[in-house]
Amino acid sequence: MTEQPKRLTEDEVRRVATLCRIGLSDEEIEHLRDDMAGLIAEVSVLQNIDTSGVEPTGHAVEEVHSVMRDDIPRPALTVADVLLNAPRREGDYFRVPAVMDDGQG
Amino acid sequence: MADQQIHYQSVRQMSDALLAKEISAAELADAHFKRIADLDGRVGSYLAVTPDLGHEQAASAQSAIDSGNAGPLTGVPMQLKDNMATRGVTTTCASLMLEHFVPPYDATVTSALANAGAVLLGKGNMDEFAMGSSTETSAYKPARNPWDLDRVPGGSSGGPAASVAGGLAPYSLGSDTGGSIRQPASFCGIVGLKPTYGLVSRYGLIAFASSLDQIGPLTRTVEDAALVMNAIAGPDVNDSTSISRPAIDYTVGLKDGVKGLRIGIVPEYFGEGIDPEVARLTREAIKQLEELGAEVSEVSLPNSKAALAVYYVLSPSECSANLARYDGVKYGFSTPDAPNMMAALEATRDGGFGIEVKRRIMMGTYALSSGYYDAYYKKAQQVRTLIRREFDAAFEKVDVLITPTTPTTAFKLGEIQDPVVMHANDVCTVPANIAGIPGISVPCGTIDGLPVGLQLLGAHLSEATLLRAAYAYEQATPWHTQHPAN
Repeated sequence: MTEQPKRLTEDEVRRVATLCRIGLSDEEIEHLRDDMAGLIAEVSVLQNIDTSGVEPTGHAVEEVHSVMRDDIPRPALTVADVLLNAPRREGDYFRVPAVMDDGQG
Repeated sequence: MADQQIHYQSVRQMSDALLAKEISAAELADAHFKRIADLDGRVGSYLAVTPDLGHEQAASAQSAIDSGNAGPLTGVPMQLKDNMATRGVTTTCASLMLEHFVPPYDATVTSALANAGAVLLGKGNMDEFAMGSSTETSAYKPARNPWDLDRVPGGSSGGPAASVAGGLAPYSLGSDTGGSIRQPASFCGIVGLKPTYGLVSRYGLIAFASSLDQIGPLTRTVEDAALVMNAIAGPDVNDSTSISRPAIDYTVGLKDGVKGLRIGIVPEYFGEGIDPEVARLTREAIKQLEELGAEVSEVSLPNSKAALAVYYVLSPSECSANLARYDGVKYGFSTPDAPNMMAALEATRDGGFGIEVKRRIMMGTYALSSGYYDAYYKKAQQVRTLIRREFDAAFEKVDVLITPTTPTTAFKLGEIQDPVVMHANDVCTVPANIAGIPGISVPCGTIDGLPVGLQLLGAHLSEATLLRAAYAYEQATPWHTQHPAN
């Protein structure tokens, strides 16, 4: 079986949180150090399976292959519909915070 | 039909009553809306109830019935899990992230059922973004099991299963990524079918793990599952992974019995962690099918044991990519007043997602991150190939594999806190998603008053065979006639 899961370091958890853009609280980070160690241990049984020369499977069903539909123009959502759920908008645009700096100019 | 019995009638019986003019579509809808108002405060199976739309749809269904243009679903009410887009009706995925999200379009299944004359009662409660096995991760409220309100209905389609079991909806659509239709169907004593991957369009199903997600019916009878499949299965130009195969009628051959059907028992599914009583009821059900004329043999699937690990690499990985879209810009929860985009993203995703969703995004991000990709994601995809091949080989020898659906009966709310222990609930159901094959759960008895489910698995696109075998078993047993006390 798997050995006792080793806690992730705080830095490891913070690095992953930054990659997926989730601003976790210190308390959540503490919990995730254990939780993620447990999850990693759970999937570590895969390392014991010999897969040399085995092709990876993306979709498991032969009958599924990416189908292209005919290139015919058809109605799309209206601008009003697209903007219906926008948290912040300006005219027909989504409004976002400053991307490049702290927004102070 | 007797008034007090309406809510436990099958879809077929309700349809017959509508066509015979014993009841109107409006009366049938109202009977359900009333029952929801009376009971769902305790069950928690709905996140939204839609009387306005429901009455509108009931009126047009009645016109179709009156003019002789009704099909078997016309005028029969139903529910949709709250991860299926409904135009003009909030679709929250049981997440704060989508609390006020009103889709500007219908999912393909939503319009398919509307075209079949269905009457929408509302949206079913679920685990947040379909991540969970108990409906306890819903950001709004837990759903409860109608057989025992202290217990979970399972998940993630816990709302749909509780609604159908409790007579709060004649049928519902759920989604199944690792067992999320079959496990709650088992816990609630109803029928749940996960079709072959690609058989039902995923367009408008809010994505969790795209190579595994599949929509299917939760019903009180096997025949009802066939009727619903007739309406929702088929190719869709809006889903590039939908199977291009002409629609078939799943009620044809349903009653042909199991004489000569080759059934495989898989010893790996009766091992450690399976409640001995669940194992006993499963073996009894197999014996019953043998008495009905099926031929039973043993088939070993050693790699099935690794399916759970494959699942808990692939599904978080795909979820971390799919849920990257929740950025607080285009729709959904958004934190105002952040000084810059990075801070806005981090605050939005911290505030909008619950802890289970965060945990899975984190795990998936870790598995896909530089230096770990080959060890986790690619390795899991390779083991997926081994599991798929093993099923392919099994289905050369047998037509149907029979296993328990879940290791135990429904557990109590709050009973399972450790995520890894929670995952063990999916041990019997996950392999079907990994291999893309269909699976159905049908009730096969009770333990201490709690339902137990029997799982039948078949080769790709063998839904008609699964339904036929499940129907033969159902008709030979009394379980589908039993309902919760209230």
